[in-house]
Amino acid sequence: MNENNIILEVKNLNTRFDTPDGEVSAASEINFSLKKGESLGVVGESGSGKTQIFMALMGLLAKNGKTTGEAIFKGQNILGLPVAQLNKVRGVSLSMIFQDPMTSLNPYLKVSRQMTEVLIEHQGMNKKAALEKSIDMLELVGIPEARKRVHMYPHEFSGGMRQRVMIAIALLCEPDLLIADEPTTALDVTIQAQILDLLQDLKEKLGMSIVMITHDLGVIANMCDHVMVMYGGRVVETGSVSSLFTDARHPYTQGLLKSMPRIDGNHNEDLYAIPGQPPNLQALPKGCAFQPRCQYATERCHQEQPTTTYIDENRTASCHQLSAVTASHPMNVVEGAL
Amino acid sequence: MAGASSKLSCATDGHETYNEEGSQKERANSSMFSYILKRLLTAIPTLFIIITIAFFMMRIAPGGPFDQERQLPPEIEANILKAYDLDKPVYEQYFIYISKLLQFDFGPSYKFRDFSVTELILSGLPASFQIGGLSILLATFIGIGLGTLAALYQNQKTDYAIMGVAMTGIAIPNFVAAPILSLVFGVYLAWLPVAGWGDGAARNLVLPVISLALPQIAYIARLTRGSMIEVLHSNYIRTARAKGIRERLVVVRHGIKGALLPVVSYLGPAVAAVTTGSVVIESIYDIPGVGRYFVNAALNRDYPLVMGVVIFYATLILMMNLIVDVIYSFLDPKLRVGA
Amino acid sequence: MSNALNMNDKLASFNDDSAEVAGRSLWQDARIRLMRNKAAVVSMVILSIITLMAILAPWLSAHPFDEVYWDFIQVPPNFAEGFWFGTDENGRDLFVRTLYGARVSLMVGLVATTVSLVIGVVYGAVAGYMGGRVDNLMMRFVDILYSLPFMFFVIILMVIFGRNIYLIFVALGAVEWLTMARIVRGQTLAVKKKEFVEAAHASGVSTTKIIFRHIIPNILGPVIVYMTLTIPQVILTESFLSFLGLGVQEPLTSWGVLISEGSKVMESAPWMLAFPATFLALTLFCFNFIGDGLRDALDPKDR
Repeated sequence: MNENNIILEVKNLNTRFDTPDGEVSAASEINFSLKKGESLGVVGESGSGKTQIFMALMGLLAKNGKTTGEAIFKGQNILGLPVAQLNKVRGVSLSMIFQDPMTSLNPYLKVSRQMTEVLIEHQGMNKKAALEKSIDMLELVGIPEARKRVHMYPHEFSGGMRQRVMIAIALLCEPDLLIADEPTTALDVTIQAQILDLLQDLKEKLGMSIVMITHDLGVIANMCDHVMVMYGGRVVETGSVSSLFTDARHPYTQGLLKSMPRIDGNHNEDLYAIPGQPPNLQALPKGCAFQPRCQYATERCHQEQPTTTYIDENRTASCHQLSAVTASHPMNVVEGAL
Repeated sequence: MAGASSKLSCATDGHETYNEEGSQKERANSSMFSYILKRLLTAIPTLFIIITIAFFMMRIAPGGPFDQERQLPPEIEANILKAYDLDKPVYEQYFIYISKLLQFDFGPSYKFRDFSVTELILSGLPASFQIGGLSILLATFIGIGLGTLAALYQNQKTDYAIMGVAMTGIAIPNFVAAPILSLVFGVYLAWLPVAGWGDGAARNLVLPVISLALPQIAYIARLTRGSMIEVLHSNYIRTARAKGIRERLVVVRHGIKGALLPVVSYLGPAVAAVTTGSVVIESIYDIPGVGRYFVNAALNRDYPLVMGVVIFYATLILMMNLIVDVIYSFLDPKLRVGA
Repeated sequence: MSNALNMNDKLASFNDDSAEVAGRSLWQDARIRLMRNKAAVVSMVILSIITLMAILAPWLSAHPFDEVYWDFIQVPPNFAEGFWFGTDENGRDLFVRTLYGARVSLMVGLVATTVSLVIGVVYGAVAGYMGGRVDNLMMRFVDILYSLPFMFFVIILMVIFGRNIYLIFVALGAVEWLTMARIVRGQTLAVKKKEFVEAAHASGVSTTKIIFRHIIPNILGPVIVYMTLTIPQVILTESFLSFLGLGVQEPLTSWGVLISEGSKVMESAPWMLAFPATFLALTLFCFNFIGDGLRDALDPKDR
């Protein structure tokens, strides 16, 4: 594998927030990389820090947030770049779409304005050319009557259509990487599928990489090449979708997989739920963050933060009890991917 | 699935689209017109209620209009009562008053016997409009500017300084600020006239306008700061930043419009407050405006003049509220299309 | 807050109510936040001092508030004779008069605000709870009243019925209830949708009982904040009326009257303006800071 193939490499990223109740760590010691044209799914419960990592990359953290570490995007460390420098990257080669399409578009500006400004700002286009390209892009994301609708205000669009507009805006400058932060959570189930299909389709057409932030493993199974599982602000397991879904090593990942409803599964069985509560980042337990909810936890887990173990070149897990977990796990069938 | 639908979607031809857009604008215009009409139709009964209340309050007031003066011979008093229609039954007086109002005739003043109330109000208008209008303008621009600045530097020194000044503007009423300003700039420093109108010379306008504008600057600055902070934390500003738009454009193009909506709707109450404030400010600075007449009339129990001024002010404020509503509905696209 | 304390109990149910573990209540939390706000705390101290001085006014000065000292007409502050703030143009002690003015101003602030509170809360809660056409009609009425130049009506009232402190209470209270009604209505609409009110309704509790037992306690926060901001508004309005010569009557006094008298002679006797103006401004400052502090404490969305 060629080093140049790597589009994003995050090294030892830490994100903290100053709050009146003291400093809170939202993401700690994050390391991962993503190759050109590949897609990465980031999964975790709310508060697992999955969104904050990418907000930090985009320079969109709240004012009380601080980030350390490195994020090499196309050969340039974009962490801590001055805003003027960062604006040459975000919206251009690195775009992001958000969870709530209903409030993510400016209600006071026409869609045309919100689209053309990007092209005028980054590519120096004139208004007319920018408008034409915007209309093309709206058509590409499946907005019917785009030529007419481009002159409308966001409130004249439905939720699903607004998310399409958001995607169109994000793709205007044909980015190399699109970060999608739970893009379908706020939408109806039928619309969700359409948006995911659209993203999949566009990814292939435009050859871009995608980071899909979600709490839904199903989305990742359908869309992504790699998975990163987060818990309590840390990465607990990474791997390719095929290997991780068939051979999860971390107890939390196993729990997540077990709690996924399956169409082909046994309907008489109760749906599994991981016991206990998602961790509170302001009061993380000592040792491994998952330890209070973990059936394998030992004294060591209560005391010591586990380090990242490489299972093979593309797989990591952070757990003290890897061998015990693997031995007892019923799905422990080594498949071809390994 | 979605990819396929996009291929089918661009079938509309340009001409049809243009027409559609035109009719949509028309629809927006007609709904705007009916909106204004509706607001006008509620303003008129409101005004009517004000006039009625004011009229009957005056009539149930103890004592006649000439109480303070020496006892008049009965026949002269009867003549005077007749001249002012006071000998007729109250309901008849009411109808006479209303019908005269419709011709912009507020009746004669009890105190300034040679003038009608209409003449007195008209003579006070230029001065009142000048200081009132200038104060509103000053308050709006400075208030919005300071509020935006404070929001951009939220919880920093600039913010604390501006908000400290704004709090001072709110806590020091204009009838305290006015004498102090006059004392400092008129008496001690002697830069500006202590009081007086001087036919509306700029030097005479400075202190009254500032005294009148100060509390409004403070209110508008606080309002702007609050709504600007809220807008700057909104999702659509996050989107604008994610698009890599220059920060200045993020604030100016994406932030200001949403942040100014609450300020626009405050302009109605601001006009009411400035009108009320002008009553004291005109008295303090001895400015020949409507407000000073009002105070004199109130202290002299010159009922027709008091009533005339109240009706005049009420009309002004109602009109201003109407204008503000129209501006608001024009700024907020959700209202404009008239859904 | 710690809604996820260590729970080693592996059998802990998934649906465990996290609110149970939350510990500090909303009000305790708010009090802690308020106490962290220096401006609000200092304001509370200053305001308590002013209030205490107003209550103890007769015992704090050797001079009665209406006694005329012919040898001391309009003298500057004179400590030897106990005229700490000087005297007015009638030779009366300004210190004790300022404190008596404080009595009137604070009293007007409290009473008129209470009047506005009662009208506004009842009106708003009823409108919000009834909903539908009743709500529409009631709020339309408030809208119309909003667009009236109320200050002028108060002035007409004072002109017609003479200057009377009880009338001031009622008139100002009747003016200030509109915003309160709007706030309460909005909150009521929000609270109404919550389960516990529905539960009460379903179990056959009467409407009046629901309003007083369930809705009013839940809208207390915003009401307290707005009340704190109404008090200075009322004090300001009373001073405004008194300044115009339409407020309380001699020999009683209020800050507005004193400021009006002071501003007439400010060139020769600046102390007559300075002391009452300072007291008024200080009081308005304090109430506003406390109101702002309370709002931030009870609604900490901007953290």
